[in-house]
Amino acid sequence: MNNNENTSPNKAPTHKSKSDPIVEVSGLCKWFGDFCALFDINFSVNFGEKIVICGPSGSGKSTLIRCLNQLEEHQIGTIRIDGKEVKPGMKNIEEIRREVGMVFQSFNLFPHLSVLDNLTIGPIRNRGMNKNDASEMAMELLDRVHISEQANKFPMQLSGGQQQRVAIARALCMKPKLMLFDEPTSALDPEMISGVLDVMVELAEGGMTMICVTHEMGFARQVGDRVIFMDDAEIVETSDPETFFSNPETDRAKLFLSQLLSH
Amino acid sequence: MDRNSPPPPLRKRRITYVDLVLIGLVVAMIAYAVYRVNDVLVYNWNWDRVFSFILRYDEETDRWVTNLLVQGLLTTLRLAIWSTILATIIGVIMGYWRRCNNLSLRIISRAYVELIRNIPPIVFIFIFYFFISSQIFPMIGLSNLRHDSPYMDNALFRILFGDPRLFENFIAGMICLAVFEGAYITEIVRAGIQSIGKGQWEAGRAIGLSHFNILRDVILPQAIRKILPPLAGQFITLIKDSAIVSLISIQELTFLATEVAATTTKVFETWILVGAMYFVLCYFFAYVFGKLEQRSARSNG
Ligand SMILES: Nc1ncnc2c1ncn2[C@@H]1O[C@H](COP(=O)(O)OP(=O)(O)OP(=O)(O)O)[C@@H](O)[C@H]1O
Ligand SMILES: [Mg+2]
Repeated sequence: MNNNENTSPNKAPTHKSKSDPIVEVSGLCKWFGDFCALFDINFSVNFGEKIVICGPSGSGKSTLIRCLNQLEEHQIGTIRIDGKEVKPGMKNIEEIRREVGMVFQSFNLFPHLSVLDNLTIGPIRNRGMNKNDASEMAMELLDRVHISEQANKFPMQLSGGQQQRVAIARALCMKPKLMLFDEPTSALDPEMISGVLDVMVELAEGGMTMICVTHEMGFARQVGDRVIFMDDAEIVETSDPETFFSNPETDRAKLFLSQLLSH
Repeated sequence: MDRNSPPPPLRKRRITYVDLVLIGLVVAMIAYAVYRVNDVLVYNWNWDRVFSFILRYDEETDRWVTNLLVQGLLTTLRLAIWSTILATIIGVIMGYWRRCNNLSLRIISRAYVELIRNIPPIVFIFIFYFFISSQIFPMIGLSNLRHDSPYMDNALFRILFGDPRLFENFIAGMICLAVFEGAYITEIVRAGIQSIGKGQWEAGRAIGLSHFNILRDVILPQAIRKILPPLAGQFITLIKDSAIVSLISIQELTFLATEVAATTTKVFETWILVGAMYFVLCYFFAYVFGKLEQRSARSNG
């Protein structure tokens, strides 16, 4: 395998500068039936930026990041990923999804495939990579998430923390330009959380653009460039993590943080 | 006593008085039925006469040869196997259509399932048989087959499809049964696909797999594990259901039994024997499938 810089998935491509937007969302609205889950969402994310989204349960955080790769279809507004508009029902949505990795709260690994096959299925099916190259790349990624010795096990045989790290590696296997995380640690036992967060921190330090829905304040402070606070389907506040957690502007954020801390 | 001695049984299983009374009642009922047939109806049992339709001594070749009922049983088995295969293909396609995004495919598959589930099997077979024999056979060129051609008149063909001269007859029965059972398999497949959580679809989409690839590499392999046990049950049901195609003169076990009963006039013996043959066949498969299921459950943890 040729080892030029493009084979390293957690390095943002060097020709893009930090000020180029990779995600541009404007006027985004989304309803489930009559229920408005997102209302007039506007934000953009530059290459290499790390965004933390937080907010109370039901505020629309998951819906928002799921709209970015069209796991949910929005009704109004525009979403651009790396300059390409993402429209509901578009034909080549797969091409955009291949550039956007996603990590779910409940891992969603493929239980009938080994850890290695979970990673290689994407590159083999989507990029037409042959099995050996894909396995080699997958092993490198498993190494990076500190789990390469489990490559031939099945997901059910791993702990939750290990499964989530496999899920991160699976997403990285597509060499995405952007990673989305939907509460990646909230289904984990407390002692498993730090292993997953460490991997995410390493990924962030490698320059990956990340949008994370998480309530892990330590993580947000350490790697976050901005915190987006959502409540009741809207973005209520955007600020840097230090300001947000120590001195939030809005009453809703204050209320949310006091509830978060009282746990 | 020490801790390594074998544990005493938790609870003794004994035959109670209730069991004795129940067993006594069953024996009495059977004895009464036999008495009625023997003494009240004055029925002359003649088992040898019907057994000769299973195995017959051929004096010319000086050998025992299988007779009508065994041939019927084999035809029933072939019918069940082939129509299960065909019905599974129909069921997988229709079962997928039941859940897909295309409205007209959903309507077609829904109509198929509802139509068949809400018509008596016999009525369906009569209608459909007329349709295939008058429309489909001429269309696919099955009406003018040459049965003595080397393609048809060979040992493999006989093992797979039975007597070449009865090939159209066999195929007609097979298609009828397959279309009929396909509706039930459609529902089994649909339930199997539905049982795979939407997280699996989303994970597949998130790494950019196409809809077809998700279905083939992610959903179906998992669904098949859930589908196999009810599918095996459906195969056994199909063996029993196949008796209805005797009504369109497909030469399977029940049809031939009707003929044996008519020529020998030994009605009781024939049908008891045929019932036993069906029972052995179905029970055998139920037993084997049960064992296979146990084993796969153990190996999957
Ligand atoms: N498929 C759906 N159908 C109907 N309503 C939905 C659906 N998905 C989400 N919702 C509703 O939309 C709202 C926002 O949901 P979302 O999952 O985005 O919230 P969230 O901020 O991620 O909450 P949590 O912290 O609990 O995950 C909720 O009120 C939820 O009930
Ligand atoms: Mg959520």
